[in-house]
Amino acid sequence: MRKYSVFAIAREAMRAHKGWEAQWTSPEPRSAYDVVIVGAGGHGLGAAYYLAKEHGITNVAVIEKGWLGGGNTGRNTTIIRSNYLYEESMDIYEHSLKLWEGLSQELNYNVMYSPRGVMMLSHNVHDQQSFKRHINANRLYGIDNEWLTPEQAKAYCPPLDISKTARYPINGAALQRRGGTARHDAVAWGYARAAADRGVHIIQNCEVTGIRRGPNGEVQGVETNRGFIGAKKVGVSAAGHSSVVMEMAGVRVPLHSTPLQALVSEPLKPIFPCVVMSNTVHAYISQSDKGELVIGAGTDQYNSYSQTGGLQIITHTLDAICELFPIFRRVKMMRQWGGITDNTPDRSPIQGVTPVPGLFVNCGWGTGGFKATPGSANLFAHLIARGEPHRLAAGLNLDRFRTGRLIDEAAAAAVAH
Amino acid sequence: MLLIHCPYCEEDRSELEFRWAGEAHIARPENIAAITDEEFAEYFFLRNNEKGLTYERWRHIHGCGRFFNAARDTVSDRFLMTYKAGLPKQSIPPAEEATAVAEEKTVETWEATEGDAR
Repeated sequence: MRKYSVFAIAREAMRAHKGWEAQWTSPEPRSAYDVVIVGAGGHGLGAAYYLAKEHGITNVAVIEKGWLGGGNTGRNTTIIRSNYLYEESMDIYEHSLKLWEGLSQELNYNVMYSPRGVMMLSHNVHDQQSFKRHINANRLYGIDNEWLTPEQAKAYCPPLDISKTARYPINGAALQRRGGTARHDAVAWGYARAAADRGVHIIQNCEVTGIRRGPNGEVQGVETNRGFIGAKKVGVSAAGHSSVVMEMAGVRVPLHSTPLQALVSEPLKPIFPCVVMSNTVHAYISQSDKGELVIGAGTDQYNSYSQTGGLQIITHTLDAICELFPIFRRVKMMRQWGGITDNTPDRSPIQGVTPVPGLFVNCGWGTGGFKATPGSANLFAHLIARGEPHRLAAGLNLDRFRTGRLIDEAAAAAVAH
Repeated sequence: MLLIHCPYCEEDRSELEFRWAGEAHIARPENIAAITDEEFAEYFFLRNNEKGLTYERWRHIHGCGRFFNAARDTVSDRFLMTYKAGLPKQSIPPAEEATAVAEEKTVETWEATEGDAR
């Protein structure tokens, strides 16, 4: 792999940019690998990268039914933060946030991580009590999070309407300054390039249709529409389709898949300096480097794999955005899309071993998986390589639904589910 | 937004009047204190989450207020049937299921909603 640098740009500038090489290759699948990862999103590609880099396992394939990063990695609103309530959550999201901080250098790929601050608006006494509880829990755990008065919130984000007569009056806000955004596609591409450079095979347009198991129930490989691919270990990182893939191995996981929508506006000049979320009226918004306002809406109430969603959901979110930021009332929305999120009963992810020997699962990230990409990938690689979870991810096991040791982030996540 | 047929009101109404209520036909264990942790986890947490035909409960919360069951395709979001609570799981004629899959109506049109409702 040729390193990207200012000298590479200068060199290519002098030869009409004819020397750039492909960022990753598309090899024919081998008959067998040490590890097969199902799903080439950020989590799957990242896990393959860390398997190669930190655990020396390079005979790895990442299998993807569509195109690389075309699922939820390319459909989210790119928000990064780690101000969760419980230690199990803080462990993994903070691990992730620390990796985000050095990710561009690590991958030699600009993922455009921008710690512009994530501000959560409080609209009532309950919000205020809940956010202050989060702030205290976070600070005791060494994670930055602070309380702002309405005036301080307005100073941090000038388009915000904090007037007493606002439809959704604001009585304060919680701010995590290290939170922010990153370029979602670049995360998938950066991991793919770095993983491919270490010998990982990325196989796109290859749909897993079955998981083959041996006489003792152990995993032997995956059946795909391009034939059987053997594997000693299989890691499933299939987001909204995790239930479907796990069912192939006879494992039921406590998930329900629902569409989550997002939309972007026409490009504007820089006007919105941070990320703002409001749990109570359900809206979150930031501005991309292209200038588009990136707006996240809610999930539909029913199970669906349609990758679309009801119009009433985004209407509700835009109602809230227009009230919080009256300046955006005449902005035109340009595109809208949906992704399928895999939600667990306690709204915390599942990462761990399964009853099937050699089969590992990373799912249940629900509406908030993007921020966890580097941390989740890093710990998933550890799980696959060692066969047991890393200390930071030990609480996220599948067994917690039997033992009752749930991580109840349902009310603690930033937005209502 | 979905258009849902309430089997009690016998009318097609907007999704806004309804609340989704999870998988249908889950029987509560007779003696919940006697079952194992595995059985409880299965009863309480594990759901089918099918891609394709699913059986689910809905409640006409802003209408008659009653629970009923529905058979729906989770890829097209098309309702194949709604039926009253208490009835056994209804079988879907294969022809109808095939049509639903073939049509793959992921986008609602005026003809499919307003036109039909008229």
